[in-house]
Amino acid sequence: MSTMMRGRRQRREPSKIPYYIILVLLALFAIGPLVILVFNSLKTNAEIGRNPLGPPHSPVFENFPTAWSQGHFATTLINSTILTTGTVVGVCIIAGTAAYAMARLNLPGTDAVLLYLFVASALPFQLFLVPLFFLWSTLQLTNTLFGLIVIYWAIFSPFATLLLRSYLVALPPGFEDAARIDGASELQVLTRVVLPLSWPGFLTIALVSGLGAWNEFFFAITFIQDENLKPVTTSFLAFQSSFSRDWGLTSAASIIIILPVVVLFLGLQRRFINGLTAGGLKG
Amino acid sequence: MEVNRATVEAAGPQGAAKRDPGRGLRRRRLMTAWLFMLPLLVVNVLVILGPSVATVYYSFTEWSGIGPAEFVGLQNYRDIVVDGDFWSALIHNLIWTVIFLTVPIGMGLLGAFLLSQITRYQMVFRILYFIPYIMASVVNAALWKNILDPARGIGSALATVGFPYLEGVSFFGSERLALPAVAFVDNWHWWGFVVLLFLTALQSVDKELYEAARMDGANRWQQFINVTIPGIRATLVFVVLMTIIGSLLVFDYIYIITRGGPAGASEVVSTLMYKEAFARFEAGYAAALGLGMTFVSGLIIVVFLYLRRRGWEI
Repeated sequence: MSTMMRGRRQRREPSKIPYYIILVLLALFAIGPLVILVFNSLKTNAEIGRNPLGPPHSPVFENFPTAWSQGHFATTLINSTILTTGTVVGVCIIAGTAAYAMARLNLPGTDAVLLYLFVASALPFQLFLVPLFFLWSTLQLTNTLFGLIVIYWAIFSPFATLLLRSYLVALPPGFEDAARIDGASELQVLTRVVLPLSWPGFLTIALVSGLGAWNEFFFAITFIQDENLKPVTTSFLAFQSSFSRDWGLTSAASIIIILPVVVLFLGLQRRFINGLTAGGLKG
Repeated sequence: MEVNRATVEAAGPQGAAKRDPGRGLRRRRLMTAWLFMLPLLVVNVLVILGPSVATVYYSFTEWSGIGPAEFVGLQNYRDIVVDGDFWSALIHNLIWTVIFLTVPIGMGLLGAFLLSQITRYQMVFRILYFIPYIMASVVNAALWKNILDPARGIGSALATVGFPYLEGVSFFGSERLALPAVAFVDNWHWWGFVVLLFLTALQSVDKELYEAARMDGANRWQQFINVTIPGIRATLVFVVLMTIIGSLLVFDYIYIITRGGPAGASEVVSTLMYKEAFARFEAGYAAALGLGMTFVSGLIIVVFLYLRRRGWEI
């Protein structure tokens, strides 16, 4: 009886094995290069010469401390951390207050602001790059981390505001009204009532803008030439071209750069994926 | 949620009664609203809007990028039209568009369709496909430069197992292969993201439609064409539109891997513009290129919106 049932079920539902075979091949395409990267970071340069793609025969870890000192990671990781933290905090404040004003404070002309934000988040850097560079030179903001952070605020906050606004609109306003009746100011309402309720929205925009700032290349290479101020991305590009034959070192340096991002992603993958797919297609 | 709704209803009438205590309070609220908008507006005008407007002016000038600009009318635009480098770069953008309209969208549809058909390990596949998307472009570029190295890369590894055809091939150093090779790397980082965009859309397609199609004897391919594609049309159109615009503006991977070389073989309009601005100090010309690119991508969006308004099902 039970074999008969299983037989009928199998005939009706076609086997999923071909699906899994293709999915595994796609997964190998996505992850295979990363596995090679990890392998190479554990080999000496001599071994990479004999065995460039396979697993290491006797893993060595000396590439990591060497890459750390040769790549100036003690400096560049701090720069990237400052850039990322500054961007995240700023975007949360800028987008948080703006989204709150649009969702809750009956801002006149909200529709016009929304339209502007959609347009601004779609404007390509090609449109504003050249005069921006001139302006930043004049204001002496080139070669400063703060100058770069301000640019990141501007390019990440339109999207963050749109996302937070749609999040706030969906929240019931009862608690805020109750707090106002109790005499709270608008700032208090925002920090004591809205923030605790809407933290998932803030976490999403923090992750998206933080990832954007950590990985950002274009503005970093254009606006920061000072070696002591470079973030990990642009500093790695210079490192990689001077050690282009030393794959063990460049692989170890690559892992130092992506490790924080990958760990954070594995911990919060659902929120990452939802935030980035909602954010449309930048990057 | 139940608690929240109860609170809303309880606070609602009271709030409404208290909310109209006079014009002073309303004006203060309006002031607060604009005060809260201020940081966003200031930063945006300073970085994006102001320089964007300035680009329009500078595109009509001869300007080195520092110091005063000399008004030359339409000269930059006339120069673009007869600039051979520009046309060759634009053709590379078109090739790039064709590659990205086919390869990642095809892979994305395939991956998303297969994932939507399974339940076990779906989350694992989603995570694995997404990881290249969150990695820094400089790392991805270095990674593939090593794997595709002519002497020590995949070509020589394949030669040792009896497949010698890729041995010694310099993918990024050959004029014929540089552009598709860079597109390959960019696609590796991009396609998994497209899978997840399509998967999100697919998961909102009614499962019973598949059941009904199966009842009617539709095979997997027919199900895909007649149920899947119409079910995700909105997302598909969005991805196509963004791919076209993204391909017109592409910069990062090309600049990092080849800088447009060898001999301009992978030059696109954005890398050309960057060179004009920061290597040749032709900032006025670069501004005209940037404005032109923005104009064309804006035009694509306008045409799309117009067609949709005319009732095209896109």
